[in-house]
Amino acid sequence: MSRLSGGLIDRDTPLNFHFNGRSYQGYAGDTLASALIANGVRLVGRSFKYHRPRGIFTAGSEEPNALVTLREGARAEPNTRATMTELFDGLVARSQNHIGSLEHDLLAVNDLLSPFLAAGFYYKTFMWPRAFWEKLYEPAIRRAAGLGALSMEPDPDAYDKGFLHCDLLVIGGGAAGLAAALTAGRAGARVILADEDSRFGGRLLAESDTLNGAPAVDWVAAVCAELDQMPNVRLMSRTTVFGAYDHGIYGAVERVADHLPTPGACVRQTLWRITARRTVLAAGATERHIPFADNDRPGIMLAGAMRAYANRWAVSPVPAGDKVAIFTNGDDGHRTALDLIAKGVRVSHVIDTRTDAPRFGDYDLLSGATVTGSRGRKGLRAIRVAQDGRETWHIVGALAVAGGWNPNVHLASHHRGRPVWDESALAFLPHNPPMGMVPAGACVGKGGTAEALADGMRAACAALAELDFSAKPISLPEAQNASAAQAPYWHVPGTRRAWVDFQNDVTVKDIALAHKENMRSVEHLKRWTTLGMATDQGKTSNVSALAVMAEITGATIPETGTTIFRPPYTGVALSVLGGGDTGEHFRPKRLTPTHGWAKAQGAEFVEVGPWMRAQYFSRDGETHWRQSVDREVLAVRRDVGLCDVTTLGKIDVQGTDAGEFLNRVYANMMGTLKVGMVRYGLMLREDGHLFDDGTCARLAEDHYVVTSTTANAGAVYRNMEFARQCLWPDLDVQLISTTDAWAQIAVAGPKSRALLQRIVDGFDLSNEAFPFMACAELTICKGLRARLFRISFSGELAYEVAVPARYGQALMARLMEAGADLGVTPYGTEALGVLRTEKGHAAGAELNGQTTAQMLGLGRMVSAKKDSIGAIMSRREGLAQDRRRLVGLKSCTPEVQIPAGAHLFTKGATQSLKTDQGWVTSACYSPHVGGYIALGFVENGDRRMGEILTAANPLEGQSFEVEVTSAHFVDPEGGRLRD
Amino acid sequence: MKFSGFKVMQQALTGHRGWAPLWRNPEPKPAYDVVIIGGGGHGLATAYYLASNFGITNVAVLEKGWLGSGNIGRNTTIIRSNYLLPGNQPFYEFSMKLWESQEQDLNFNSMVSQRSIINLFHTDGQRDAYRRRGNAMHLSGAGGEMLSQEALREKLPFLNFDNARFPIKGGLIQSRAGTARHDGVAWGYARAADQRGVDLIQNCEVTGFRIEGGQVTGVETTRGVIGAGKVGVAVAGSSSRVMEIAGMRLPIESHVLQAFVSEGLKPTIPGVITFGAGHFYVSQSDKGGLVFGGDIDGYNSYAQRGNLPVVEDVLEGGMALMPMIGRARLLRAWGGVMDMSMDGSPIIDRTHIDGLYLNGGWCYGGFKATPASGYAFAHLLATDTPHETATAFRLDRFARGYVIDEKGVGAQPNLH
Amino acid sequence: MLIPHPLLGLRDAQEFTYLGDASLMSRPAPEAGEAAFCDYVFLRDNPAGVHRELWFHEQGDRSWLVVTRDTVTHEILGAELASDYARSSS
Repeated sequence: MSRLSGGLIDRDTPLNFHFNGRSYQGYAGDTLASALIANGVRLVGRSFKYHRPRGIFTAGSEEPNALVTLREGARAEPNTRATMTELFDGLVARSQNHIGSLEHDLLAVNDLLSPFLAAGFYYKTFMWPRAFWEKLYEPAIRRAAGLGALSMEPDPDAYDKGFLHCDLLVIGGGAAGLAAALTAGRAGARVILADEDSRFGGRLLAESDTLNGAPAVDWVAAVCAELDQMPNVRLMSRTTVFGAYDHGIYGAVERVADHLPTPGACVRQTLWRITARRTVLAAGATERHIPFADNDRPGIMLAGAMRAYANRWAVSPVPAGDKVAIFTNGDDGHRTALDLIAKGVRVSHVIDTRTDAPRFGDYDLLSGATVTGSRGRKGLRAIRVAQDGRETWHIVGALAVAGGWNPNVHLASHHRGRPVWDESALAFLPHNPPMGMVPAGACVGKGGTAEALADGMRAACAALAELDFSAKPISLPEAQNASAAQAPYWHVPGTRRAWVDFQNDVTVKDIALAHKENMRSVEHLKRWTTLGMATDQGKTSNVSALAVMAEITGATIPETGTTIFRPPYTGVALSVLGGGDTGEHFRPKRLTPTHGWAKAQGAEFVEVGPWMRAQYFSRDGETHWRQSVDREVLAVRRDVGLCDVTTLGKIDVQGTDAGEFLNRVYANMMGTLKVGMVRYGLMLREDGHLFDDGTCARLAEDHYVVTSTTANAGAVYRNMEFARQCLWPDLDVQLISTTDAWAQIAVAGPKSRALLQRIVDGFDLSNEAFPFMACAELTICKGLRARLFRISFSGELAYEVAVPARYGQALMARLMEAGADLGVTPYGTEALGVLRTEKGHAAGAELNGQTTAQMLGLGRMVSAKKDSIGAIMSRREGLAQDRRRLVGLKSCTPEVQIPAGAHLFTKGATQSLKTDQGWVTSACYSPHVGGYIALGFVENGDRRMGEILTAANPLEGQSFEVEVTSAHFVDPEGGRLRD
Repeated sequence: MKFSGFKVMQQALTGHRGWAPLWRNPEPKPAYDVVIIGGGGHGLATAYYLASNFGITNVAVLEKGWLGSGNIGRNTTIIRSNYLLPGNQPFYEFSMKLWESQEQDLNFNSMVSQRSIINLFHTDGQRDAYRRRGNAMHLSGAGGEMLSQEALREKLPFLNFDNARFPIKGGLIQSRAGTARHDGVAWGYARAADQRGVDLIQNCEVTGFRIEGGQVTGVETTRGVIGAGKVGVAVAGSSSRVMEIAGMRLPIESHVLQAFVSEGLKPTIPGVITFGAGHFYVSQSDKGGLVFGGDIDGYNSYAQRGNLPVVEDVLEGGMALMPMIGRARLLRAWGGVMDMSMDGSPIIDRTHIDGLYLNGGWCYGGFKATPASGYAFAHLLATDTPHETATAFRLDRFARGYVIDEKGVGAQPNLH
Repeated sequence: MLIPHPLLGLRDAQEFTYLGDASLMSRPAPEAGEAAFCDYVFLRDNPAGVHRELWFHEQGDRSWLVVTRDTVTHEILGAELASDYARSSS
């Protein structure tokens, strides 16, 4: 163990964990990374391309190397950053992306082959022979690529989503964020403070700074305690704000239970959509490194991270007695030396690129020096230092690298505001942030503790002033700004590989090669070399790469370009974005009023858009669905059947101009409809194609009821409202959707009148009093308000009866009871489909949005006497000359089914898209015909009655002969429904 | 320079000193026979085919940013020829054939991977619609097969078959479909066009057209006036903006489509899968990332970014279809601006201005069309007649009533 | 996105269904002929910038709104009831 004194770990709570099968111990407060370092584990992973041995490089979410598969079984979580994983008792983690053990990865051969695998090599080879790509090259590449593996089991945990609203969202709980939150909280604003870490404090937890002369954590604790007391403040630790969306909406993931062995009764994570009137972005900064030859060895880490490990987690990067070196281009690196020395760690040298480097303490300082090489394949053993033209090797166990800090501008650029280069800060700073966002602290280059505190307070005051809060300055603790002086130094020149992007193995040489091949714009560079495309999204590499490219081209960094960031800030579990709506709960289910009754009858259900509808009602002894459906169809044609048709859209239309309004939305005339009558209607889209069909009933002079198909219920209502509000706002007409208000049951069959007569309250159902297409408001079952429509989808004598939805189930039960002796039979959507196909009525397959009234043989319904939506466009050349017509098709071999979706050809003709004569839209077995029948559209179909066509289904290797017939297989004269 | 495995090895052993720029950075000449506006996939492919097939090499491609910075660089890389309507299907099948020989034609590995696409269906109605479509594919020579639920269980055992709101009943597979490396496609065409003498001019934005007597004579750009015998516009996403300069209104709205990629994973998903009942489609890149997307955001936008509800909608679909992806992480999301046309199908046509040609309206399907679009546009520019597979992509089809509306939703672009 | 409903205040855009350019409210008179309808149905200005567009508050009060929004920044500059807009512009 290489534990130091102090730190924010709980030494009274030891925790056991496993890494690659070996057991270790850490403490509460550790991350997996700090615990691994404390246990002397340096090699933790392999790089993506060359499978180089890698160690922990950072102490935060920017980690490129230390990716593990956390947990086991269905909870296994690949590519998890050890630096962001809070240690819990029993934690199990495995390294990934190697064949064989981590220590002896067979794919490390890639490193030896690296000269052949330079940037973009794969675009230049693997082209011959052609078939080898899918068979040989690509599978091999895929096996070697990828990082961790999914368990392939469904995620067993629960997730949630929620909305939050606040006046001020503070992103980041470091010095600036805490000062901002406290300022706003005291001003009475509704504040949300979110930080990705498990505790607030940011770099204050990682530095040895004092505030008011006491350890900074004391001030952090006091502020958090005060904020926690405020009812207007919500503290959200373990919460990553990952994206800035429009109008002040932010996406955030709270990791509710990731620090626990299992979530237990909790959700694992929650997706929050935070609507913030204003936002302070206090996201801090990420340290950058300085590429040098072989700079990727385990034991080389960012200087700020090494400080964090020493100060926050009390771990030394080396066993007691071994030495650490620091490589820096500025004063910041020296802080690492001072902190390590204070903790009793031996510092070999501070290697400073500046010739006039200052000295801050008692350590060996090499000014004007650089690190030019390293040794130690699985863990750093020595570094080579160049100074004054001489190179010497130094034995060290770890090297800290400090290249300056890059402000975390990510969220500020989510609305495509490009960061701008600031020569004094040697960094890109936020520019044109999303509306309402005020960046503050280290993410605008104000990383000193005192300046970050002050800037956070300023930002909160500025943001709140726009909201009419009078935020007063708060008294900030006494703090210092550590010197951030630095001299630009971007990489150490050399001939060996110097890594820029660790995870994706992009080196300075690759950037030079990209330049040579004219992949010079930043975006070309990224795409050609894969720089910044790894799981760390280039947090430690992008700016360094830009600087290297600038140096090669001889341009400045701002001339070379910049790059913006897109959501998410760090990786977000796909589960939590999907939320809890999985499996059967993916979409809501709408149930018909008779659902419970149908279920009790043993109905099979089928999804019809959002609805679940009874498909058929299986009876004892029926072993195949066809038996049930045939029985139901025959019962309707012989006796009487009942079907819940509530799902059809129903729209109440009222007002003195209702008739005129409907004249304009229907292609045919509705204003002339007599009160007490129903008319079949067609609606067109404005482009002249068929939109929907249904019935329109006139209950009173100023009151109509429109029905639509189930599928178009929403769209028809929306379009009618569009017509009413946007096109003709001066008409006196009101609309309301009543689909859910009325249960509607079709009562169909020769005995339907007899059945209904038993439940109506003295209403005359005779053909004379209530003819075909009549409608009425009446009472049934002794006083129940109802509507009755004499309409038929089946071609039989039929009615639809509507009652308030809550009586739907009772009505169905009453009809079943009353009609027992009449052979009343419930039927489902399958029988409904057969009945309408036998009658030649169009449904979804014929009304697919590509067809016209003419194609259905209903061209004359489009009235030329009036203007209506779509009428004019329906007369365009392409529609008017379309000669495809709906016909019936009979299988020439009655027992052979014609598949819907087959294409139709003139018998004997060559079959191609050019000779295509049409297609089969709907097909079924017709008990009435005693064979398979179908509907279809056929070129000149109305003139080809009796012709034998070929129905070709090459997809499934089938071909049939079919006879063109009338689409009305049942009662073509229509006598039955008028009886 | 010819690329080959041998060349890679030779260069590896000599320190990669011999590589040449993939293309030149030429100064614009005063005039060209043909100027292509737009250095994306379609523009670059057009230039390549003009040079290689029609011998027209005095050509410039003008790109306002960097080559490939439009939708060729921000899509989900799917190639397929599984359309329904006769106006579309032969064109996409032609494109598929060009994909199949692209790497050898261009001497550039764009990683065309015929990994298959499976469209899942959930109801009998969807099955029938797919059967009609599958038969149209067969009639155009594109192939395809119906897969039963049992076959799917074998191929894609990780799908949610047993606990789904919309149970999977089967699928339509096109085995020749798959993916290609999107940036590589742009670079391959760019390099091949450059090698044949085409000038690729980056950071050159077109600000105006020179039109004399109803005839285009050149373009005004941020790098000066460039004369042109003919001008081809291939700027999908911005077609309305560019054509507005020439005084034209188009049957197009610009919408944003988001796409997503997960962190790298070991091989998980064998081909392309589309979920008919939700808004979700997915494949896995060679690098290991799950590449997926769903619906467009649905409102007019040029912002190249979308909003959270669609992200959630896409992942709800993803999790409902394949709940085993849950513990992977979203790595990047991006938004592309689509030319959403009024019937969901593209336009490759002349305009009422002589010498000015338009290639646009690709909706979210432009990537797969890249080779055929370039070929057909080159054909039109070179011969003034539409390519035989692109005869339906006319501007006047809307007025005349010959729309190519695969989805049957009419003139509402956000529904296509 | 948030839409400032003139009657209901800021509402989440997810409550709305989008249609498109508010020019769809300017339906030609029937005697204007087929060509005028073709322009109306199919052609759009499609500006990069300020755009008047129609949103339907489908999960709300079912009013159609004319929203003025910048298509480049997504900033919303105003919203009014389509029926008011139609009456005032006719």
